[in-house]
Amino acid sequence: MSFGGVTMMSEAMTEAKNKAEHEWKPETGIKLTERQQRARRARSIAIAVSLGVLVVLFYIVTLVKGPAVLVRPL
Amino acid sequence: MSVTLAPAEPSIAGVGDYVALMKPRVMSLVVFTAFVGLLIAPGRLHPVIGLTALLCIAVGAGAAGALNMWYDADIDALMARTAARPIPAGRLAPGEALAFGLTLAVGSVVVLGLLVNPIAALLLAFTIAFYVIVYTMWLKRTTPQNIVIGGVAGALPPIIGWAAATGSVAIEPIVLFLIIFFWTPPHFWALSLYRTEDYARAGVPMLPVVAGETETRRQILRYTLILAPLGAAPWLLGYAGALYGVVALASGAAIIALALRVRAEQRGYAASKQMFAFSILHLFLLFAMLLVDRLSVGLVGHLPA
Repeated sequence: MSFGGVTMMSEAMTEAKNKAEHEWKPETGIKLTERQQRARRARSIAIAVSLGVLVVLFYIVTLVKGPAVLVRPL
Repeated sequence: MSVTLAPAEPSIAGVGDYVALMKPRVMSLVVFTAFVGLLIAPGRLHPVIGLTALLCIAVGAGAAGALNMWYDADIDALMARTAARPIPAGRLAPGEALAFGLTLAVGSVVVLGLLVNPIAALLLAFTIAFYVIVYTMWLKRTTPQNIVIGGVAGALPPIIGWAAATGSVAIEPIVLFLIIFFWTPPHFWALSLYRTEDYARAGVPMLPVVAGETETRRQILRYTLILAPLGAAPWLLGYAGALYGVVALASGAAIIALALRVRAEQRGYAASKQMFAFSILHLFLLFAMLLVDRLSVGLVGHLPA
C-alpha cells in the first residue's frame, strides 16, 4: 500500500511539473527586430568570410615560406 | 563621449558601418604609399608575401581609424564633416568600435609579424599606437601642432612597406616619409581654413582657430616651400629617373604657385580649396611616378639585349 501511495504522489508531481512547463510564460529575453536580425546576420557572414580568408592566407603563406612549392622567379 | 545607444540594446550596425569605421579613403592612401615603399625596395619579394604585407598594413590603418572614431565620437558629433559617422549617427555603439579597433590592431600586427617579418610588425604597431595615443588622445585636442606631429603616423607606411620587403630601414623610404610628413600640414591647414567654424565648435585647436587665418596661410606657404624640393629628392638621390624628376619639379612648382595664391587670398576660400584638392593630386603624382619609374626599370631589365 505504501508503495502504491508513493507511486501516486510521484505521478501527481510529474503531472504538475508538465503542466507548469506547458503554461505560457512571458518573454524574458531580448527579441530582435527584423532590422537587427538582418544586421546580425550580415555581421556574422562578414566574420565568417574574414576568418576563412585568414585560414586560406596562413595555408598559402605556409606553402610559400615552408615547403617553398610556390617560390619561383616571376 | 556621447553614448547614443543603450549598452543592452542589440546592435543595428551593418557591415557598411564597420567599413566606414576603418576610414577607407585614408586606408587607400596608406596602402598606396606602402605599396610604393614595398616596390622600390631592393630584392624580390614573393607576391603572396607582398600582398599579405599590404593586407596587414590596410587592416592596421583601419584599426587606427576605428579607434580614432571611438575616441573622437563626441567631437565628431559637433562637426558637419563628421556628424554622419557611424558612432555619432547612432548606428554603432562606442564599445563596438573599441572592440573592433582593438581586435584589428592586434590581429594585423600579429599576422604581419608571423607571416612577413617582425620589423615591419613593430613599425605597424608603433604607427597605430602613435596615431591613437599620441595624435588622437593627446595632441589633437591640446595643440595647433596636432597634425604636424601627428603626421608621423600617416607618413610611416612607405617605411613599413620597405621593411616588409627587406626587414630593415634605409634612406630611400625615409625620404618618402619626409615627403608625406611635410605634405600633411599644408594639406590639412588648407582644409581647416574653410572649416574653421567646425573645428572651433568642437574645441579642436587647429591653427586657424588658435593663430588666425593670416598665420595659417603663412605656415602653408612655409611647409610647401620645404615640400616642393623634397618631392624631387628621390630623383636627386638617384633612385628615381628623369621622368620622375620632371613631374616632381613641375608639380612642385604648381603647388608653390597655389600656396602663394592661398597666402595672398583676402576674401573667400577658392585658393584654399584648390590647394586642398591639388595637394592630394601632388602626393599621388609623386608616388605614382615612383611606381611607373620602378615598373619601367623592371620592364627594361627584362628586355632582350
